[in-house]
Amino acid sequence: MPKRAVVDRRKCAYCGACVAVCNLNANELIETYLEINENCNGCGICVKTCPMGALSLAEV
Amino acid sequence: MFDVVVVGAGPAGSMAAKTAAEKGLNVLLIEKRQEIGTPVRCAEGISKESLKRFVEIDKKWIAAEVIGAKIYTPDGTEVVMAEEMAGNEVGFVLERKIFDRHLARLAAKAGAEVVVKTTALGFERTQNGLRVKLRRLGEEWEVETKLLIGADGVESKIGRMAGIIKTLKISEIESCAQYLMSGLDIDENYTYFYLGNELAPGGYAWIFPKGDRSANVGIGVLPSLAKMAAKHYLDRFIEKAGIKGKIVEFVAGAVPVYGEIDTAVADNIMLCGDAAYHSDPITGGGIANALSAGYHAGLVASEAVARKDFSASFLKRYDELWKADFGWKLRRNKKLQEFFLKLDDSTLNSLAKSIAGKNIKEMSVQAIITELLRNNPSLLGLFGELFS
Ligand SMILES: Cc1cc2nc3c(=O)[nH]c(=O)nc-3n(C[C@H](O)[C@H](O)[C@H](O)COP(=O)(O)OP(=O)(O)OC[C@H]3O[C@@H](n4cnc5c(N)ncnc54)[C@H](O)[C@@H]3O)c2cc1C
Ligand code: SF4
Ligand code: SF4
Repeated sequence: MPKRAVVDRRKCAYCGACVAVCNLNANELIETYLEINENCNGCGICVKTCPMGALSLAEV
Repeated sequence: MFDVVVVGAGPAGSMAAKTAAEKGLNVLLIEKRQEIGTPVRCAEGISKESLKRFVEIDKKWIAAEVIGAKIYTPDGTEVVMAEEMAGNEVGFVLERKIFDRHLARLAAKAGAEVVVKTTALGFERTQNGLRVKLRRLGEEWEVETKLLIGADGVESKIGRMAGIIKTLKISEIESCAQYLMSGLDIDENYTYFYLGNELAPGGYAWIFPKGDRSANVGIGVLPSLAKMAAKHYLDRFIEKAGIKGKIVEFVAGAVPVYGEIDTAVADNIMLCGDAAYHSDPITGGGIANALSAGYHAGLVASEAVARKDFSASFLKRYDELWKADFGWKLRRNKKLQEFFLKLDDSTLNSLAKSIAGKNIKEMSVQAIITELLRNNPSLLGLFGELFS
């Protein structure tokens, strides 16, 4: 099953670290709101980078 | 048609907008947040000197002043860097919520238009320059400009869209978590740095006092080496170090530790600050370089407008300026960072022991390395040439 990054909004501190490392332009920080789009291939790089542990991979 | 559109109202962008507007340019500064400066993504430390170069100091945004720094290695060895004369402050801890707004206001005062809650989505080339696509309160908006300055921080999309920078690898970014804590029992005359591979893989923990028994207590780790999220390392550090205080604010963020990029320009475009990976690979400090880069970008923008030359080859003047100012330091400190990353905790301890108790009078990476070299001649072969 393909995977995608998902964000736990209750943990996210809207810092943009995940946006800085995504190669596919698959995420955007809209002020305090992180959006992950269909470009995401579930590489997991952002998951490793998130300082809050707010990201994980889930099957789509 | 604007002369310059600046994306991002952090220190880099506001300084660029201010400088360009002071030169008489028609400037638009856009910021995606509704409140400039919040949420803070910074430990707010800066040397007095590098701040004074670009702004008039105003106590309103100085939270605390310090006279030196103390560094600790895993076995508790302490290295102190301090000015000789007590009371001679060398460092500031800022209140960036106020500082960043102050800079944006200076830009506005100089004549720049400032628009908040507006995001730059992209740009396309036109005959005379660029058409920048913006989203303002959910609505599309387009503006034309001769020059675009990307000061959009670590998340920079402008730089990537322009093909100037590549996305950071997880070995090129520090993932950071920080609390503002109150009710602390610390000597507020110093900033504190804690090193160790267990404690903060590929990074360090810090305590920067903010006055009235409060401080920024934070940590940065390299995601390529870390086994957990930065926040967990921070909680563990606070517990192990026995830091007692109340958490009154949460901060998360990331800092590029890339080193010097080859160029920060493309036709009609300049990048400055974290967007150009201008933060220091050893300390993670980026405010001073962001101010400097913004200033130089603003100056070169006015020259480009005067000459009607917006080509990358003309804008390379900006590269020359920031590289001469601090680019060389990014290059050197990247090499040092690579050296330090290879050290295990016991080597770190013994290096610190070799200089513990020495009188290091300056608060800088340079001063530490000079002292290390003086006491460990064997290191000369490793990085002597970087400091000769
Ligand atoms: C935890 C932490 C601690 C740090 N501690 C220190 C320290 O003690 N001392 C120090 O000198 N440095 C420190 N730094 C680094 C410092 O914060 C940065 O180097 C500095 O803020 C860079 O300034 P800048 O203007 O380049 O970018 P930023 O301050 O990040 O500003 C960029 C701005 O651009 C906006 N933006 C982004 N994309 C868009 C878009 N598409 N459209 C419109 N606006 C956009 C953002 O909202 C933001 O306001 C720290 C960083 C972190 C994360
Ligand atoms: S999982 Fe990979 S592709 Fe998806 S958002 Fe994270 S970094 Fe981008
Ligand atoms: S890195 Fe984590 S905390 Fe930061 S914006 Fe992304 S999901 Fe949120």
